Amino acid sequence: MRRFRPYKIAIYIFIGLFSVICFFPMLLAIIVSLSTEESIMRQGYSFFPLEWSAHAYRMIFASGSSIIRSYGVSIAVTLSGTILAVVITCAAAYTLSFKDNIYAGRISMFFFITMVFNAGMVPWYMMCVRLGLRNNFLALIIPSLMFSPFNLFLVKNFMQGIPDSLRESATIDGANDMQIAWRIYVPLCVPVIATVALFYGLRYWNDWWNAIMLVDNKNLYPLQYLLLQLKSQVQMMRDLQDTMGASDEMVPTETLKMATAIVTIGPIVLLYPYLQKYFVSGLTIGSVKG
Amino acid sequence: MNRQIKAKRGFVWHIRRHPYRYLLLLPAITYTFLFGYCTYPYIIIAFQKFNYRSGIFNSEFVGLKNFEFFFKSNAAATVIGNTLKLNLLFILFTTVASVTVAILLNEVRSRLFMRVNQSLMLFPHYISWVVVGYMLYGFFSTEYGVVNQILKMAGMDSVNWYSTASAWPSILVIMKVWKGTGMDAVIYLASITGIDATLYEAAEIDGANRWQQIRSITIPLLMPTVCILTLLSIGKIMFGDFGMFYAIIGDNGVLYPTTDIIDTYVFRALRQTGNPSQAMAVGLFQSLIGFIMVFGSNKLVNRFFPDGALY
Repeated sequence: MRRFRPYKIAIYIFIGLFSVICFFPMLLAIIVSLSTEESIMRQGYSFFPLEWSAHAYRMIFASGSSIIRSYGVSIAVTLSGTILAVVITCAAAYTLSFKDNIYAGRISMFFFITMVFNAGMVPWYMMCVRLGLRNNFLALIIPSLMFSPFNLFLVKNFMQGIPDSLRESATIDGANDMQIAWRIYVPLCVPVIATVALFYGLRYWNDWWNAIMLVDNKNLYPLQYLLLQLKSQVQMMRDLQDTMGASDEMVPTETLKMATAIVTIGPIVLLYPYLQKYFVSGLTIGSVKG
Repeated sequence: MNRQIKAKRGFVWHIRRHPYRYLLLLPAITYTFLFGYCTYPYIIIAFQKFNYRSGIFNSEFVGLKNFEFFFKSNAAATVIGNTLKLNLLFILFTTVASVTVAILLNEVRSRLFMRVNQSLMLFPHYISWVVVGYMLYGFFSTEYGVVNQILKMAGMDSVNWYSTASAWPSILVIMKVWKGTGMDAVIYLASITGIDATLYEAAEIDGANRWQQIRSITIPLLMPTVCILTLLSIGKIMFGDFGMFYAIIGDNGVLYPTTDIIDTYVFRALRQTGNPSQAMAVGLFQSLIGFIMVFGSNKLVNRFFPDGALY
């Protein structure tokens, strides 16, 4: 290996460069969010601003701002949605993991049909409205529980790796399926549960589809949807100005926009090491066979 | 023998025998029933002049009028064309980029370098398209954008990107590659790592250098995975990434000629112009063709790569 130095170096440089490019736009957003509005007005978006300032972040975290409220909505939706989706997925996976269940194939088919033939946006919307999932908290959670077959089969495959003898001995000791699932399978499945929870959590955190389709009430806007609305809205800036009571001060629209985008990915950055560990392992399990 | 006896006793017997197992299955079944099977009857909206007040039972039946309207309009060719064209470009470029990155990553021996780079590469995957839209704005904004600054520095006129429709297919492809490559590379890398190490040892003994090893071992053995994943994505070619398009393009009508896709068209028909029948007709067309494509691509995968099929 030591013989091919120059070519090795080229590879390292290429990979390194690609990674930097991946992170580049992010870096620009961070820097812009930390510069003063004047420097942007003067020199445009830049990696080297004339002046630094955390003013935009102070505005975001000023009490009563709609960003804080949406943050709360997003956290609540992500937590409850993820827990619910994980419970549903793991419970179903437990039943499907019995190798001797002759109905397992047909039950899987029942799930697959809806995946392969999806009626689309309109029937989905009509169904949500019919079920009363409109303009309420549940509308942000239930319609996208969508415990995806991919995750279901990820958990199922993992559970099938657990020796049957464990289950059998528990049955002989008088445990029922509920107890076996909770006391034996859940502790053994922690890695795969973590992975699936991550998949769901990320989906919920980044979701705004439910909001755009089913929610008009501003108090229920999740962060991503608020951000989307904010993109072209100056209205929001005025709201902020009012709560700050600083009408003479210049409202940092450009920096505020970027700061909000950065704040949105805060939890992702915080959970990054954990995310990285389980995400990669999950992808690797899943790619072998779904 | 035992199996047959069980089968004769039937499903109900099985449920009674294992009540808790089926109780655990119940939430998933209910959910799939409600949001899967119960949505099918609404397809009839496509053949009606649907009115929210009358519902699906009393709305006027119009036959294929809604389909006729769509296919006679200019929108049909634009929207279907854009969906197919952009998806093909996405698949092509993302696959090439991620296979290349995966093969190169496999050559990296330093664990630290590997981990740092993988973390950076996967980062775009975790953030939402809305945030990506913001970052793009940082680059392409007319007054303050980085791209226009560079153009100005080079002595060229700045471009009003958000009203230049012809530029967006390329920008979208770049963004898709940017966001998806890291993640796909991880999948391909897993598949490369699974290649039998003795093959490389044997090649080394025979005097093959790294490049020859890549060409005659890594690439041929990676090909099945590439083909499977590509076929499966081609199966989904009728379905656009609504999140991406709406977050980046939004309601910017100037860009529609090159960036309007079936999903955004359906969304507008349903939520903005308030024409659910029209939306349903286009959606049904998409679902049907999509279904055939997904099914067909899976059949192909099944036929050629028996281990790789989705089901």
